[in-house]
Amino acid sequence: MKPIIAALITFNIISMACATEIVEPTAPPKSPNPTQNKAPRFSPPAEETLPDNAFGRLVQQGHAIFVDTKANASEFVGNGLNCTNCHLEQGRKADSAPLWGAYTMYPAYRKKNDKVNTYAERLQGCFQFSMNGKPPPADSQVIAALTAYSYWLATGAPTGQQLPGRSYPEIPEPAGGFDLAKGKAIYAKQCSVCHGAEGEGQRAGSDYVFPPLWGKDSFNWGAGMHRINTAAGFIKSNMPLGKGGTLSSDEAWHVAAYMNSHERPKDPRMIAGSVEQTRLKFHENDGVNLYGQKVNGVILGQGTE
Amino acid sequence: MKISRWALVCILSGAFTEPAFAVDPQQIFSQGGPNPGVIACSTCHGADGLGMPAAGFPRLAGLPADYLTKQISDFRSGTRGNPIMQPIAQALSEDDSKALAVMLAKMPSPAVKPVTRAHAAKGPGEILALRGAWDRNIPECVACHGPSGIGVGATFPPLSGQSAQYLKSQLNTWRQQTRKNDQDDLMGHIARSLTDTEVEAVSQYFADLSK
Repeated sequence: MKPIIAALITFNIISMACATEIVEPTAPPKSPNPTQNKAPRFSPPAEETLPDNAFGRLVQQGHAIFVDTKANASEFVGNGLNCTNCHLEQGRKADSAPLWGAYTMYPAYRKKNDKVNTYAERLQGCFQFSMNGKPPPADSQVIAALTAYSYWLATGAPTGQQLPGRSYPEIPEPAGGFDLAKGKAIYAKQCSVCHGAEGEGQRAGSDYVFPPLWGKDSFNWGAGMHRINTAAGFIKSNMPLGKGGTLSSDEAWHVAAYMNSHERPKDPRMIAGSVEQTRLKFHENDGVNLYGQKVNGVILGQGTE
Repeated sequence: MKISRWALVCILSGAFTEPAFAVDPQQIFSQGGPNPGVIACSTCHGADGLGMPAAGFPRLAGLPADYLTKQISDFRSGTRGNPIMQPIAQALSEDDSKALAVMLAKMPSPAVKPVTRAHAAKGPGEILALRGAWDRNIPECVACHGPSGIGVGATFPPLSGQSAQYLKSQLNTWRQQTRKNDQDDLMGHIARSLTDTEVEAVSQYFADLSK
């Protein structure tokens, strides 16, 4: 037996050594990404420049809440998502609603609630809708920390100017409209490996690693991501993770529509338990969405348990 | 009468004894398979299934059964190229590889230090693991492999609890495209965008999480 072991070990070490030698030391190739490099992008500060003082610690706390929301702001989270699921690269990535693009645009009027919102109110909206939870009080530590993190990421950015890469890009709707059957096929081929066959996400232990896209642990019907146009922009730029820009605009629309043709937690603004009344007040003029529409014989919007 | 008695004997023996071709996975693991091409797994992967770090042989203990079964199948087909494992996988029957995978998945794996993206990231390995290199479309390793790289489901294997030698050799096979058993080049494109320094550092980083 011994000679076999020795031979195998030698063989494996040689093959490992060969593997190392064949690879030429390279400067990393630039990955082509059609959605990037269109305009010069704002660069948020590097992590190592964060000062070691009370401000730096508050920013770090904000970062921790942002990337691990359930663990660090549990009382305000009602689903399986983290902020960074929709705001990639810990809120830094252009075309993924980066915090540096949002922070400098507030206070701002929002049609959503028909008033001028402070940045704190904007953050509260994320918790109420995208996180399907409770808005943290404006003077809470959670809001203070997330505001500090956003402010720091926006260091040097001009206020009141729409920076290139803010929010998600608008991409054109398919000429013949979206197609749920095509979306389903794209989902099965490219998305389900991470998000699961039924959009249920995937966990490691008890915590979600890949976010649930619909169902009770996903964002609710009041979240901006329920708009097919918004989801299509996010998907086109950012999905599959690390391969943003590889789906066509049409494919992004089809798969966004498929995702948003499933039931999810109800809109917390629901009026008198009526999907139709809620649709007329909040969804009729809110981009392209399927709230209150009949899909596969069922009216969407009643909400999951 | 004679026929029915024989039928009864056949049914009973079928129900209470193992069919001749099925082999106990524990026996394959520690002594090798019925086909002489199947060397005992423990020869290289250790009696505890925890691998042999210096020689680059990986831990199998505690890996998800579906992941292990797919790897055997990919060694067999060549989408995961490996000159040692390919002939072994080809000599191993599908049933035996499944039985082995189920047994291996139940074996204890090393404890891993808990680390999430909330931690401060210092040095190239940790930065890649917890922050990614998004200017090259490289997500945080933990975004797919889970916190501390403990692995997610049957598709995203654990990185922690493996040796730096093994992790480095795998990143290099992804870079050379001798390993190409991922969906849509999800891992391949990342590995090819890494520098040599990053390959070293990130392999060491995940190996150190189980020390």
